[in-house]
Amino acid sequence: MKHLFLLTAALFATPANAQTIAITGGMVAIGDGSVPARGTVVMRDGRIVAAGPSVGVPVGASVIDATGKWVSTGIVAGFSRLGLVGVDAVDETNDAGGAKSVFSASIDVASAINPRVPAIAVSRAAGVTRAIVAPDGGGTMFVGEGAVIDTGNDADAVTKARAFQFVEFGEAGAGRAGGSRVASQAFFRNALDEARDYARNPAAYDGRSKDSILMRRDVAALVPVMQGKMPLYIHVESGPDILSMLALKKDYPALKMVLVGVAEGWTVARQIAASGVPVIASALNDLPASFEQLAATQSNVGRMKAAGVTLAIGMIDDNDTRQAQQTTQMAGNLVALTRVPGATGLSWGDAFAAITSKPAEIAGLGAEIGSLRPGRRADVVIWSGDPLELATAVEKVWIDGVAQDLTTRQTRLRDRYLKASEGPLPKAYER
Amino acid sequence: MRFVMMAGLLLAGCATTSAKVDTPSTKPTTAKWNADPFPSTYKPYPGAATAITNATIYDGEGGRIERGTVLMSGGKIVSIGGPETPIPADIIVFDGTGKWVTPGIIDIHSHLGDYPSPQVAANSDGNEATGPVRAEVWAEHSVWPQDPGFARALANGGVTALQILPGSANLFGGRSVTLKNVYSRTMQGMKFPGAPYGLKMACGENPKRVYGSRGQMPSTRMGNVAVDRQTWAKAVEYKRKLDKGGDVTRDIAMDTLAGVLAGDILVHNHCYRADEMAIVIDMAKEFGYKVSTFHHAVESYKIADLLKANGICSAMWSDWWGFKMESYDAINENIPLVHNAGACAIVHSDDPNGIQRLNQEAAKALADGRRIGINVSDELAWTWLSYNPAKAMGIADKTGSLKPGKMADVVLWNGNPFSVYTRPERVWIDGAMMYDANDSKRRPVSDFELGQTGEGDVK
Repeated sequence: MKHLFLLTAALFATPANAQTIAITGGMVAIGDGSVPARGTVVMRDGRIVAAGPSVGVPVGASVIDATGKWVSTGIVAGFSRLGLVGVDAVDETNDAGGAKSVFSASIDVASAINPRVPAIAVSRAAGVTRAIVAPDGGGTMFVGEGAVIDTGNDADAVTKARAFQFVEFGEAGAGRAGGSRVASQAFFRNALDEARDYARNPAAYDGRSKDSILMRRDVAALVPVMQGKMPLYIHVESGPDILSMLALKKDYPALKMVLVGVAEGWTVARQIAASGVPVIASALNDLPASFEQLAATQSNVGRMKAAGVTLAIGMIDDNDTRQAQQTTQMAGNLVALTRVPGATGLSWGDAFAAITSKPAEIAGLGAEIGSLRPGRRADVVIWSGDPLELATAVEKVWIDGVAQDLTTRQTRLRDRYLKASEGPLPKAYER
Repeated sequence: MRFVMMAGLLLAGCATTSAKVDTPSTKPTTAKWNADPFPSTYKPYPGAATAITNATIYDGEGGRIERGTVLMSGGKIVSIGGPETPIPADIIVFDGTGKWVTPGIIDIHSHLGDYPSPQVAANSDGNEATGPVRAEVWAEHSVWPQDPGFARALANGGVTALQILPGSANLFGGRSVTLKNVYSRTMQGMKFPGAPYGLKMACGENPKRVYGSRGQMPSTRMGNVAVDRQTWAKAVEYKRKLDKGGDVTRDIAMDTLAGVLAGDILVHNHCYRADEMAIVIDMAKEFGYKVSTFHHAVESYKIADLLKANGICSAMWSDWWGFKMESYDAINENIPLVHNAGACAIVHSDDPNGIQRLNQEAAKALADGRRIGINVSDELAWTWLSYNPAKAMGIADKTGSLKPGKMADVVLWNGNPFSVYTRPERVWIDGAMMYDANDSKRRPVSDFELGQTGEGDVK
């Protein structure tokens, strides 16, 4: 039902603004790792025309003066469950999981993205224009197919459906696959072998019974993963688990792996870098929250980056459904580490890339989103100052070149209660 | 100013602040039995007489000094002032040029030690969820003093004291304990000397969900309040018997509630919704006790006037919202709106990660407030982080601000603490340097982390 709705809605999605807009005078953060510099951003027909210090204002462009402000590409939440949940603890509104489903790898989050959940508007108002959305909790260690979405104030949220397959390894995966890591290794290998056989001869695969190890649809969903046509996002935290994931490449060389979480990545950073496998890490995990994160440190991201790992920042915790608004704060904290003796952080440019171009590139959408390079979708934010600073406000947001409403349910409540006491009529009449 | 007369018993209620505990209670209630069976053995570590000069200082009570000097000696703040402040010879001097000095942050809502890292079932000791009234439990008996989280709160968060609360599964969760953020072999060795106890209570979804799902009372909000009132009625009766003297069968749960009624133990009430807070306020008046602080309090902005009138603090997040129904109406301006109404605002964490960034949470709230015209100064906003929680925990006479004679709980920040780019450089607790970013020997490593990968890392 929702899927049909989305398909229909796509036909009516606002194409872009035909007008040329030039934003001048601001500090421009392109998102590609470069140092921000004063310049101009030009967009037309929903795409970036050019951005940077030497960019001129085209004739006839409508000019927005951003002097004293910052202009950047929109934030890309590198790993989230945005759009899947209204209220986490209200089950009926929570479409992140499907733990009781008989299906797993074929669960497709794109079909459940709801652009009306408040978390979408809250994220948009914080400058988050795109999000990588993963399912959470299918019936097996294969959790399902993730999507890339935008946070626009419209019905057409899905930028790319079936953008990747998500699998739980480590402690969570072990629990789902039979209680141990040896079980999850066996389950994983068996599933890929079945997918290989299925690709050769679909008719020979049964998988119609509820008791099948993997339902027919699930095995079919793993075919592009096994063939390396669809990235496989793997949640893994400990150093030894990371190495055992990288070792899988020997038997399944086509796999296009992306590691997610990776709290102990720094302990095997050299090996990750050598493998070329990109990482979407939690930015600030520094507690031994579990035995697979004993070596967690905030310097993890900086050390992996220094070792040459391709890196983005994501949110792999209880806040992944609604706190993408904290993405800039997380990135700013990584910059803070550069001033702590003995710690390893990120330069401002690298930190900003880790929440813009890098998650886009890892998801295979670097040519479309995540930076202000020419031809990218015009996801643009004007900030009152440094986007990573705590006091900075989001002033304007465009998604696909469309100016966005930044009102949220929260701002409406705020405005109603600027003064707590009731006036001539109850609060229910104030709006 | 509510003095409630109940059955011939005068119960001191409230002052305008929530910290009406500085004067010892005159009631005989707790004298009958040992009121302090697990006494603090905390001893300040030795600290050299130290001055920090040329720093921007927030004194914690709303004052600000540019190019200021703080002097500490003998574990206490000795003086605080501008560049003219005299500095004795032969003491250690840190140049604070370009840096900030503040009182240590106090987290009024933490579960460190009770829900420690690693978060395994064997260490999960925060909720005695075996009955909705568990006033007999004391959080301190669950505190694992080897929780690695204490070190993170110190080094990254500049947290010098914290209140460990039982969880919120129960209506009456049990006693809290206030700790100095100094590792010790024992809980008693961390215990803040002279801090009053707190009682954790909870409104709303959690108790009714936990017990309702088992087919027990409470399963509704009206059930919550019914069990609360029945329990308080029993406590009033118990206290009356105690105060009369003579033989009373000791009841450990009732000891705690009688302590609340006597004004010795402070109530910390987990409560999200405005309407429920209003009910609790009336219930407290009915039975003659005082709520110190509503915790989580995401809807305090809706009743900021009521909270001010009743002298109740709100312990809040800056931007947590939407994770459950009762947090659906959370807004980012809650803290400044409460402050602006003249009520007591506190930034709290309830989280082993959040406790490392309470200054950042305050900064976000401050900026959100300014955008709607609530122009609180940075130095005044620091009251949300140290003085207000100290008041609400009954320790404001000892710490929470940089006044001469108080404990030298001090943080030197490597920049403006309301910037995302700033971290603690040094932290003193009772005048002893317990963290130094420049010296790995001044970075605590708990027993749990010793001998494991990452031991002693910057974290």
